[in-house]
Amino acid sequence: MVEEEGVRVVRCGGSELNFRRAVFSADSKYIFCVSGDFVKVYSTATEECVHILQGHRNLVTGIQLNPSNHLQLYSCSFDGTIRLWDYVDGILIKTFIVGHKLHALFAIARAEDSVFLTVNKGKPDVFQLVSVKLPKSSSQEIEAKELSFVLDYINQSPKCIAFGHEGEYVAVVRDFYLSVYFFKKKKTSRFTLSSSRNKKRAKNNFTCVACHPKEDCIATGHKDGKIRLWRNFDDDKKYTYTCLHWHHDMVMDLAFSVTGTSLLSGGRESVLVEWRDAAEKNKEFLPRLGATIEHISVSPAGDLFCTSHSDNKIIVIHRNLEASAVIQGLVKDSNIFTGLMIDPRTKALVLNGKPGHLQFYSLQSDKQLYNLDIVQQEYINDYSLIQIELTKAAFGCYGNWLATVEQRQEKKTELEMQMKLWMYNKKTQGFVLNTKVNMPHEDHITALCFCNAEKSENPTLVTTSKDGHFKVWILTDDSDIYKKAVGWTCDFVGSYHKYQATSCCFSEDGSLLAVSFEEIVTVWDSETWELKCTFCQRAGKIRHLCFGRLTCSKYLLGATENGILCCWNLLSCALEWSAKLNVRVMEPDPNSENIAAVSRSSVGSDLFVFKPSEPRPLYIQKNISREEVQWGVFVPRDSLLTFSTKSPEEKLTPTSKQLLAEESLPNTPFYFILGKHRQQQHEKLNAALENELIQLPLTENIPAISELLHTPAHVLPSASFLCSMFVNSLLLSKESKSAEETPNDVDMEEEKESDDSDEENDFTEKVQDTDNTDLGEDIIHQLSKSEEKELRKFRKVDYSWITAL
Amino acid sequence: MAAAERGAARPTGDNRTSRRRRRRREHCLRTSGLAPRALPGQRMGEFTVHRVRFFNYVPSGIRCVAYNNQSNRLAVSRTDGTVEIYNLSANYFQEKFFPGHESRATEALCWAKGQRLFSAGLNGEIIEYDLQALNIKYAMDAFGGPIWSMAASPRGSQLLVGCEDGSVKLFQITPDKIQFERNFDRQKSRILSLSWHPSGTHIAAGSIDYISVFDVKSGSSIHKMLVDRQFMGVSKRKCIIWGVAFLSDGTVISVDSAGKVQFWDSATGTLVKNHLIANADVQSIAVSDQEDSFVVGTAEGTVFHFQLVSVTSNSSEKQWVRTKPFQHHTHDVRAVAHSPTALISGGTDTHLVIRPLMEKVEVKNYDAALRKITFPHRRLISCSKKKQLLLFQFAHHLELWRLGSTVATGKMGESFSNKKIGERSQKLELQLKFCLWKNGRKNGDTLPLSKDADHLLHLKTKGPENIICSCISPCGSWIAYSTASRFFLYRLNYEHDNISLQRVSKMPAFLRSALQILFSEDSTKLFVASNQGSLHIIWLLEGSFKHLHTFQPQSGTVESMCLLAVSPDGNWLAASGTSAGVHVYNIKHLKLHCTVPAYNFPVTALAIAPNTNNLVIAHSDQQVFEYSIPGKQYTEWSRTIQKQGFHHLWLQRDTPITHISFHPKKPMHILLHDAYMFCIIDKSLPLLFMDLLDERTLVAVERPLDDIIAQLPPPIKKKKFGT
Repeated sequence: MVEEEGVRVVRCGGSELNFRRAVFSADSKYIFCVSGDFVKVYSTATEECVHILQGHRNLVTGIQLNPSNHLQLYSCSFDGTIRLWDYVDGILIKTFIVGHKLHALFAIARAEDSVFLTVNKGKPDVFQLVSVKLPKSSSQEIEAKELSFVLDYINQSPKCIAFGHEGEYVAVVRDFYLSVYFFKKKKTSRFTLSSSRNKKRAKNNFTCVACHPKEDCIATGHKDGKIRLWRNFDDDKKYTYTCLHWHHDMVMDLAFSVTGTSLLSGGRESVLVEWRDAAEKNKEFLPRLGATIEHISVSPAGDLFCTSHSDNKIIVIHRNLEASAVIQGLVKDSNIFTGLMIDPRTKALVLNGKPGHLQFYSLQSDKQLYNLDIVQQEYINDYSLIQIELTKAAFGCYGNWLATVEQRQEKKTELEMQMKLWMYNKKTQGFVLNTKVNMPHEDHITALCFCNAEKSENPTLVTTSKDGHFKVWILTDDSDIYKKAVGWTCDFVGSYHKYQATSCCFSEDGSLLAVSFEEIVTVWDSETWELKCTFCQRAGKIRHLCFGRLTCSKYLLGATENGILCCWNLLSCALEWSAKLNVRVMEPDPNSENIAAVSRSSVGSDLFVFKPSEPRPLYIQKNISREEVQWGVFVPRDSLLTFSTKSPEEKLTPTSKQLLAEESLPNTPFYFILGKHRQQQHEKLNAALENELIQLPLTENIPAISELLHTPAHVLPSASFLCSMFVNSLLLSKESKSAEETPNDVDMEEEKESDDSDEENDFTEKVQDTDNTDLGEDIIHQLSKSEEKELRKFRKVDYSWITAL
Repeated sequence: MAAAERGAARPTGDNRTSRRRRRRREHCLRTSGLAPRALPGQRMGEFTVHRVRFFNYVPSGIRCVAYNNQSNRLAVSRTDGTVEIYNLSANYFQEKFFPGHESRATEALCWAKGQRLFSAGLNGEIIEYDLQALNIKYAMDAFGGPIWSMAASPRGSQLLVGCEDGSVKLFQITPDKIQFERNFDRQKSRILSLSWHPSGTHIAAGSIDYISVFDVKSGSSIHKMLVDRQFMGVSKRKCIIWGVAFLSDGTVISVDSAGKVQFWDSATGTLVKNHLIANADVQSIAVSDQEDSFVVGTAEGTVFHFQLVSVTSNSSEKQWVRTKPFQHHTHDVRAVAHSPTALISGGTDTHLVIRPLMEKVEVKNYDAALRKITFPHRRLISCSKKKQLLLFQFAHHLELWRLGSTVATGKMGESFSNKKIGERSQKLELQLKFCLWKNGRKNGDTLPLSKDADHLLHLKTKGPENIICSCISPCGSWIAYSTASRFFLYRLNYEHDNISLQRVSKMPAFLRSALQILFSEDSTKLFVASNQGSLHIIWLLEGSFKHLHTFQPQSGTVESMCLLAVSPDGNWLAASGTSAGVHVYNIKHLKLHCTVPAYNFPVTALAIAPNTNNLVIAHSDQQVFEYSIPGKQYTEWSRTIQKQGFHHLWLQRDTPITHISFHPKKPMHILLHDAYMFCIIDKSLPLLFMDLLDERTLVAVERPLDDIIAQLPPPIKKKKFGT
């Protein structure tokens, strides 16, 4: 059942907007920024994405307006091409094939028919600045192989290269020296900061460079926060420089205004500094920009600035230093403590973004919808500070409640922790803080789980902690005379032999709570909080725990740290099966009983889809990511989203941390049958609610059914056994009333379902079209009339039982 | 006036002195531990080293500096009225000094007519110094109240002073005096700064809140340029123009108390450009002769360099750009000077900093390094070897201390050894020992003091004049010191722990002031170098004295002798001036024995070795000569040294050798020390004095710079992340 092909990985969004400097159009109406393989065109006024320029087959590494036609845009990419775009209409005009991996692009007005590129030819770390002649031709694809060498051994980053006024010279910085190449004289001057090695702790390294647009003046940024303004640099002896020092940390980028009267600088302080007249005392600030300034760019018209930030954000700023627009992409923090969640209301992906915030990111439109400040404290950007971290979050009750946990640990014994519960406010369309619990546990909270049963009248939340307890929190009336205010209180504290509680999970119907205590899984009755049974496999600490759903609701799955996946039968209280699988992520599909698990192997991460009832996987996709997959979630459009972080040595490649959306994953027949069926069932339920209401009281009277309903699921016998008993009980009761009614009923349903089965057949045919494998034939075989009927019968009974619960 | 206010905010004098005395006591207890230092066994033997840190000397702050381009000399005046002259060509040696005076606070200093030095101060007097005789030539009242500023005309024939009453007075410089010529238009408030136009036709005068431009011919004010009082948007009370500079293109540069450097067009009287460079006062400005760069000093201790650079490489348009800031001072930079190759600055923190301009330095040698001069290049300490006493000289008093003692004996340090300077000094080593004066106590044990160092005597001078020189006799029973006008000799009597002091009265009339005093080894003779160039020899008897002889200066020269050395057997006396050679006198026959030929660089230290009677001479370029007095010629060792040349590390030292002494048992060993090292470098602890008490004991007086800084008024507080 291993599927080798047919899976397409599409990089659909979440790319870095801050990878390179953004570029303004000549009229300042549009702003361009690289975004993965695309170039995005945003409107500076409305922040909306106007066009996506698609065409490059690899990461776009540089964009620049065409100096001779300001309605055109050059872009270069790792795929070795330079493309010329008409950005107003979003059309690709020309493609120049250079052939090398291109790292940066510079177009200057003086050299009309050529552009400057950063390439590396020989060793992987040695970069050269070359100029490429762009041949004039009417064809769409032109080879541009006429490279002429300008400077060797330069820094890869385009921030370290700047062209002087009227393109007379180019300034390049690297490590401790500044090189200036004069095009006319064909001479290079090099200035080294010699004191750098002598002084202790002096961090004189150059980080960025900018050239004055009118004068012979070069501004360089340094690691120690200094800005040096170099003058007289055409003379090796008489050169001189001025220092401007405000930044306490590395200067990330510099830009001169169009007239050259002011210099903009930014860094980790998240403050845009405007130095007027290059004077140390004459400076203006735009503070609180939220995150490290990575790039600064200035519009050619001079009316706008923009800053790109490390939290994947672009801020458009007016000349008078007022922020006017914010373009926010997916914030990628190094640590995703909260994991991936789907907001049930907006269907947005929720994860932690900015420090102390929870971001709501729309997967469809690739933009951030909403940013919820959880910690609600001013973030101080300092490496030495230990920050409050948002560690856990969970949605409950269809998005009505949100629980978050934040913690800060200075020393081992000093843990500060807060749990916050947020209620969705329909009026304001946002989350409002309802309850704040200081130190909900003595030690770190390991898991957080809402009871998401469909009919649970009282919202319930369970937290597990390393202190060996799990706590049940319920929503109660607050001490308010009008009884309108509600708040959360602790209802029950459970523990098991002082073991650390590692994970928890509610069964689908909410009747059972499974809590793992290191190697032991305990199952608790959610009504009485009685310990029902324990499972112990001695296969290592339980990392993930999840109940089966729908037909497989009698199964409980646990993944251990030693690479064992166990499946327990709750009815027999015994291990159903176990498999050796190093599970990193385990997520149940909300639409079927399937469970997706991502395992880590030596070569990469593999995806398995299986049904808890059988130990055979339904679907395997090897190597979905080369690195360890940390989190995964099913998104509402029926696809699995995984988040992978690469190891630091591979972080240099810009494709790291990309989001992979496995689109065609659940195209398994099981999904189609069951998924469809569930939809059907819902419709049926709604439509036939009135009819069935008459019948339901009758079923309740039957002692067999009532007994069945009041027995906890895990003590019930197997479903196949129950099924016959249940059907028998129904038959008995029907017999006593009227024997004719039943066939009618069945006929009616048969009619209904035959319509449905047509639809199902349509689907299966589609499946057959897309992946013509044995699997498709299986489905057809499986859906032969007789089998189908049998299946349907069984299913009908099964589900009515579940709905009755 | 920010500086004055800060001064007033200090605690009163009485309080401070008592507190200081208390602290000094503690200091002594803590730090004058006896650290035995083992110099290499078979060569030098073992020494017990007294590390003395209770010399509580604080130099006074620098008020003005004036650079003389012709002779490459720098005149520095301090807040106590002392004027020092540094020879920049001779390794920055402080070759002359004029003692201070309590009532003579200099506010302005300038060179005129080549080599003539003038100063003016708040007592309203203009003073000219005699650079040969090292005394004040004359003082002349300008009759305008306190003088705040002074400037010599570009040709050097005229002198301009700005007074408290707002008058600008022009003086004509005559060959032997100055003569009042006329007053310019009187201004409303004091004239704090003055600058001549290089052509000599106009002057700019900085006052409070405005700058005036005068026409020299008519003496009338042609422009009045009002300076903005605004300080970063906040109105300050008054804007004081601390300095002005007139450039030949008519630009006037002003620095003021609001932290601004402003460029004015003197033809139209308009502001051209404004640089806000500091949050505090900008107190001084100096322009280079080429007018392509200038330097300003601020009250925050920063010195900024401004340069005239072309806007683009292919246009002739030029602009003034602030380039490098230098932060070598902790306190106000009161004075700056711009020599062709260096920026010179001095201020309240008492350091004179010479920062060379790299682009002007042709060869990258030791001249291209930054220099910081804190201590005077003369002896402030003398020691009585027999009684183990130290005499400390301060501006207005003397202190006599008895060294502590110990009964403990320490182990020889392991790591202490002599370090050879490279391979070339191997031959030198036979005669000249280079021994490490290493910091830290790891070299040997620190011994506990069984008896603390004792402050025996605190001798205050009478009158407002500073002490020029002082000396204690080797037997410890005589103390002599001199001010600019009086000579004092005291007899000390010891009765157990009590000490009684008796002034020897009726000093002869010729003994009015001395530049250097020296007792003979047996304490029977006193040698006094007076500022007339003569040398007096006085025979000391019990409680009285007798004038033996006076060596008159060589005919035609009036150069004063600044350095004296006597041979241990008392037969020979060597004396040296600032430039001419060293004269050696025979004391027995009371006649000039010989003259060591003059050398290009001034003598910094002299000593005569015991037994051999070899004269060892150290010069400011770190050359050491040995001259045999009986043989009237340089010794063999000295000749070989000169042939081989000294090691470059030795020659690169920038502080002159200030004292030479000999090992009493091994006369071949010469001990040299300068401000930072005893033969070889110790960079952390300035060493003021070191001498051998006997063959096993060494005394070293240290003065950590941090202690000096701690005693200065607090500097301007700056926020680290001030915005």
